[in-house]
Amino acid sequence: MIETCDQIFVLLQHWLVSFLPAAWQQAAGVLLSVATIVCVFPALFAVAVWLERKGLGRIQNRIGPNRVGPFGLLQPIADGIKSLTKEDIVPLSADAAVHFLAPVLLVVTVFMGFAVLPMGRNMVLVDMDAGLLFYFAMGTSSELAVFMAGWSSRNKYSLLGAMRAVAQMISYEVPLLLSSVVVVMITGSLSLTKIVEAQNHYTWGLPHWYIFTPWGFAGFLLYAISTTAETNRSPFDLPEGESELVAGYHTEYSGFKFALFFLGEYVAMFSISGLGTTLFLGGWSAPFSFLTWIPSWIWFFSKLMLSIFVFIWMRGTLPRLRQDQLMNFAWKFVLPMCLVNLMVTGLWRFMGEGWLRWVVCSAILIAAYAGLGLGEMCKQRLGPRSYRYAE
Amino acid sequence: MSDTQSHSAILADRLEGWNRPTAIVPQNEGELLEVAMGPHHPSTHGVFRMDVALDGERVIRLRPVFGYLHRNHEKIAEGISYLASMPYTDRLDYICPITNNWAYALAVEKLTGQAVPERAEYLRVILGELTRYQNHASSIGFLIQEMGASGTPLMYAYREREKILDLFEELTGARMMVNYMRFGGCRVDASQGWLERTRKVVAGLAGFADEFDRLLSTNEILMARTQGVGVLRPELAVNAGVTGPMLRASSVNYDIRKVDGYGIYSRFNFRVPLGDHGDVYDRYMIRVLEMRESIKILEQALKEIQPGPVMDPKAKIRGLRPKAGEAYGRIEAPKGELGFYLISDGGPNPYRYRVRPPSLINLTVLEDMCLGVNVADVVLIFGSVDIVLGEVDR
Amino acid sequence: MLGEGILKGMAETAKNFFGSYFSAERLTTVEYPEQRVAPFEAARVFPFLVFDQENRDGGGPEWEAGMRCVACQICEKECPPKCIYIEKSKDKKLDYLGKAQYYPARFDIDISVCMSCQICVEVCPFEAIKMDTEYELSTDDRFGSLLLDREQLAKSNEYYHQIHPTEASAVDTRLAAEKVKADARAKAAAQAATAKAVAIAGEGA
Repeated sequence: MIETCDQIFVLLQHWLVSFLPAAWQQAAGVLLSVATIVCVFPALFAVAVWLERKGLGRIQNRIGPNRVGPFGLLQPIADGIKSLTKEDIVPLSADAAVHFLAPVLLVVTVFMGFAVLPMGRNMVLVDMDAGLLFYFAMGTSSELAVFMAGWSSRNKYSLLGAMRAVAQMISYEVPLLLSSVVVVMITGSLSLTKIVEAQNHYTWGLPHWYIFTPWGFAGFLLYAISTTAETNRSPFDLPEGESELVAGYHTEYSGFKFALFFLGEYVAMFSISGLGTTLFLGGWSAPFSFLTWIPSWIWFFSKLMLSIFVFIWMRGTLPRLRQDQLMNFAWKFVLPMCLVNLMVTGLWRFMGEGWLRWVVCSAILIAAYAGLGLGEMCKQRLGPRSYRYAE
Repeated sequence: MSDTQSHSAILADRLEGWNRPTAIVPQNEGELLEVAMGPHHPSTHGVFRMDVALDGERVIRLRPVFGYLHRNHEKIAEGISYLASMPYTDRLDYICPITNNWAYALAVEKLTGQAVPERAEYLRVILGELTRYQNHASSIGFLIQEMGASGTPLMYAYREREKILDLFEELTGARMMVNYMRFGGCRVDASQGWLERTRKVVAGLAGFADEFDRLLSTNEILMARTQGVGVLRPELAVNAGVTGPMLRASSVNYDIRKVDGYGIYSRFNFRVPLGDHGDVYDRYMIRVLEMRESIKILEQALKEIQPGPVMDPKAKIRGLRPKAGEAYGRIEAPKGELGFYLISDGGPNPYRYRVRPPSLINLTVLEDMCLGVNVADVVLIFGSVDIVLGEVDR
Repeated sequence: MLGEGILKGMAETAKNFFGSYFSAERLTTVEYPEQRVAPFEAARVFPFLVFDQENRDGGGPEWEAGMRCVACQICEKECPPKCIYIEKSKDKKLDYLGKAQYYPARFDIDISVCMSCQICVEVCPFEAIKMDTEYELSTDDRFGSLLLDREQLAKSNEYYHQIHPTEASAVDTRLAAEKVKADARAKAAAQAATAKAVAIAGEGA
C-alpha cells in the first residue's frame, strides 16, 4: 500500500504506456514524463506567485489579494489572463529574431534542468551518470537568454541592465559550482540519483543528509546565497529594481513574452531549489526513519516549497545590495569561503570516522567565516555605531 | 532679472550654470550620460526632478528642478485674513500639519503680543511630539523602501502612524489637515478620555522603536549601503543654512527647542543626539534616536498637564488686525527650522507672508553630497534629506 | 559576526508573519467596503445647514421653514477658498426667538473647492452651519453635481444629534437658554408696556 502510493506515478505511467505497441513504449513513456513536468511546474509557479503575494502581505501586516476567488486563489489566473491579453509590442529597431528567441531560450533551458532531478524514488526522467554537470550546463545557458533580451531591445538602459544581470550571474556561478563540488567529493559520483541514495540512510532515526555535517551546512549556506544571486532575487535583485536608473533587460517586452520571462525566473527558482534539495537536503528521503511511509515525492515537493518560502521571507525583509557591493561580496567573501569549504571536506574525508573530525572541521569553518566577515566589514569601516548627546 | 533681458539670454544664463566646470573631472566630457530622474519616479517623494550627468556610474553634476507643486501659498495669504491662512499652512508640509500650524500661530502671537494659556502649551507640545514621531517613522520607512525590502519597514511605520492619526482625528476632526492651532491657544480642548488614550498609545511607541532597531539598525546590508555615503561636512551644513536632523547628524549641536526654548520646552528633560560622520546612516539613526527622545517628552507632558482654558479669553477669532510691524516665528519642525515671517500694515490681511521652508534649504546641498557617488546612492541620499514637496514648492 | 543583523531582522519579520494570524495588532486591514471603521464624533467632511423641525411661519417645506441660517454672510467672508455663495432674500421670516430675520434665497457650497477647514462653523453666530460626516459622495457628473444647493445642504437637527451627539446637545442647551432669556426680556418689556399704558390711561382719566 505504502509502496503503491510512493510509486503511483511510475505505475500510472507504465499502465498508460502499455496500451501502445512495444516499439513505441519507451518514447511514449519519456514524452509522458516531459508533458507532466511541463504541466506541473507552471502550476506550481501559479501557486508560488499566490504564495509570494499573500506571504509578503502577511509579513507587512496586511492581507494579500483576496478578492479573486476564495483567499485570492484565482489571482494567478487573473494575472495570467492579463499578461496574455496585452498587446505584444516589439520595438521597431529591435532585432526581431533575437527578440523573439530570448524568452523561448530562457524557458527551454530552464525546463531542461528538470530532466535530471530525482523527484521521488525511481522518478527521474533521465538517469545520467553526469547529471550534475548536465544541470549546470543548462543553467548557465539560460544566462545567454538574458543577454539576448538586453541586446536585441536596442535600448541603452535595457543593455546596461542585461550586462549587470549577466555579470552578477557569472560571478555567482563559480561559488555555486564550488559549493556543489563538495557533495560530489564525498559521494564519489556526479549522478544525482546516487547522491540522494547516499543520503537515504538513518542512524538512530536521524537521516544522513549532508546538511547535518559541518561542510554540508557551510556548503548549503553558500549554495543558498549563490542561488539567490543566480535567480536575481532579493537581496540581489538590483537588475530588476524599480527605483534604480536602469530598467532591466525585460523592459521592452510586453504581454506573453514578459509572462514567459517571469515564468522562466520562477521555474529557475524551482529547479535550482530542487537541486539544492537533492544535494544537501536528501532529495526525496524522509527526515525521520519513522516517517518513510509518506511518499517520497511529497517530501521532495515539501522541501521545494520550503525553499520558496525562505526566498519570499528574505525578499520581505532585506534591502538590496548595490551592484559593486554584490560583486565584492561574491569574489571576496563567498569564493574564499567555498575554497575553505573544499579543503575542509577533503580533511573530513581523510580523517576517518569519529568526533574529532566534527570538531576540527567545524572549528576551521567558523574561524574562516568570522575572519572573512570581520575583514570585509573592517576594510570598509562598517559596523554598528554609538551616538553621543549634546550637553 | 531685468525686463530688457531677452528670453534666450535668460536661457543661456541658466545653461551656463549647468555647463560649469565640475569638481570631478570626467574621463571623457563628450560621453557623459545625462539623465532626468523624475518627476514621474517611484522614489522622489513627490513631483521632483533631478537632472544628473553621469560618467559611467558616478555622478558628475546634479541639478534639482522643482516647482511642480507650486500653489501660490504666499500670495494667497496676502489676499485672505490671518485666520483663513491657517488651513493653508496645514498643506505646506503635509506630513506634519500640527507643526506648521504651530509655527504660524507663534509668528502671529509675536506680532500681536498674545499670551497662550498653559494647558494650550502642553497640548501643543504633546501634539507636536506625536507629529515628530510619526514624521520620523514615515521618513525612515520611505528611505528603506527605496533600498528594496519591498516596503516592509514602511508598512510597520505606517501601522504606528495610523494610531497617531486616529488620535488626531478624535481631537481635531481630521487625520491630517488638522487646522488646530489658533492665535492665543488651541481650537478645542482635549477630553480626559483622549488623554487616557494618548497615554496608552505613547506606551506602545517605545516598543515600535525597539522593533525597528531589531529589524534594521544592525542589518549588514543597510550598513553597507548607507555608511560612508552622502557625507555632509559640518562647515558646509552651517554655511548652507541646513537645519534639523541633517545638521545634527553632521555633529552640529543646534536644536531650536533648546536654543529658543519656545513654548514650554525648557521644562522638559530631553537630550539632543549628535552624529559624528554626517552620512546617510547617521541621519537615519539620529531620526530613530529623536523618536525615542520624543517619547520621553510625551511621557513628561502627559503627566504634567493640568485642566484649564485652552484659548486666551481676550483673543478674537474673526477680524484680527495686528498693529503694523513684523515678526518671525520659528520652531523645530521635524524636518528642520520652519519659520514664518509676517509683515503687517495694520489691515486684516498680511502685507507680506513668507515661509522659510526647511526642506528647500536642506535641498540646496544635495549636489555637494552626491558628487562622485554611484547613481544608485543618489536616491538614498535624496531620501535621507527628508523633503516634502508641499514645503519645497509651497 | 557577519549575518547577525540579517538574522535578527528575519526573526522580526517571522514574528510579524505568524502574529498576523493571531493578533489584531499585526493585521490592521479593514476590508472596505464590507467593513467600515466607525467615524469619530469630531470627524468633519463637508458643511451642512441645520434646520429645526418645528414648523414656523406657516407654509413651505420643513427644511426651508426651519432653517436657522439668517444669511449674515459671515461664513462666506471667512471661508479661505471662497467656496460659499449666498444670496440674501428680500423678505423676512420669524426665527425661533420670534424675531424677523432674512433667510438665504440661495446658499451654494462647491464641495470640490471646500477644504473641510471648519472655519465657517467656528464663525457662525447662529449655530446654523455644521460639519457633516458623509464622505461617500463620488459622482460621475463633473459639471454641477459637486455644487450643493441649499436643499441638498439642509439636514435636520435630529440628524445633527445622530452624527455629533455631544456637540448637538450643547448647541440645544445654548439655544434653549437664549430662548429663556429672550422670553424673560419679552415678558419684562410687556409688563413695562402695560404698566406704562395703565399709567397714561390713569393720567388721562
